[in-house]
Amino acid sequence: MTEEELRQRVAIAKQFMAALPFCQAVDMQIDQAGVSEATMSMPYNPMIVGDPETGVVHGGAVSALMDTCCGFAVNLHPDCAKPTATIDLRIDYMRPAKPGERIIAKAEVYKATRTVAFVRAIAHDGDAEHPVATATGAFVFSKIKSAEVAS
Amino acid sequence: MNKTEALQVIKKRRDGALAALVDSVPYIKFLGISFDRRGDELTALMQFSDKLIGNPALPAIHGGATASFLETAALIELAWQRAWNAMEESPQDAETVAAAGYLRLPKTIDFTVDYLRPGLARDCYARATVNRSGRRYASVHVEAWQDNRAKLFAQATGHFLMPQLETGA
Repeated sequence: MTEEELRQRVAIAKQFMAALPFCQAVDMQIDQAGVSEATMSMPYNPMIVGDPETGVVHGGAVSALMDTCCGFAVNLHPDCAKPTATIDLRIDYMRPAKPGERIIAKAEVYKATRTVAFVRAIAHDGDAEHPVATATGAFVFSKIKSAEVAS
Repeated sequence: MNKTEALQVIKKRRDGALAALVDSVPYIKFLGISFDRRGDELTALMQFSDKLIGNPALPAIHGGATASFLETAALIELAWQRAWNAMEESPQDAETVAAAGYLRLPKTIDFTVDYLRPGLARDCYARATVNRSGRRYASVHVEAWQDNRAKLFAQATGHFLMPQLETGA
């Protein structure tokens, strides 16, 4: 994938993301995009709190950010031909996110076959060495046929 | 349980405990999730709204919203079962149950969602089954469907850490 192609894909993805009501509602944004990898984040917001006593964000909201970020990374794979969908996603929750802090997710496609992309991601609240959660997932993937690449 | 206790009193206690569990969580309100109770059985309901959309073309509900719905259904079911058993053993009002720590939600250790088909622009329903509930750890399975109970659109399995009770029970 050339620099120009990557730029185009990121531009399309940003537009696409802006049109997703759920991502808008929790104010997700794209921070960084590269070949087969992406970083996205979401601000702290009282409405996504899961534990009112401590103000800790609901695990489901962290999961939603990681799911979106994983899907975006799949879209940035050089051989990705069509929009993707999550087949399955496993989230491991390491610790509660700090109330008030932005949550950042980083995802990478570590293997793509003709039909499936395998993705892993971490979520943290400032220090990537101390993740809030990690994720591994399988995503729908349709590989660009070599003829299309040649043309 | 006191068999002569008035039905209204029993219902008020049970509904009170369930409301105390659900109503205080902002994210549950944000997603539009509510719980329907028939005796001890809970059905979670996520009412469709435009903000849940993750794929405007279909349109379909965002996978993150679906995962959040399933996780919420699992957490509430776990806490609810423990609170229910405590209330059945010795009738106590929602405040007493809350003071003992029954209404504190478990913590998710891991959660795996299996997306079977797109969640369409319809209301979603889910029921959770507690497969094992120990003092510390619990394992829960959740199934979610839309119009047709037999056609699940997502299912999930998760492990949870149970909050310690003040009673030490």
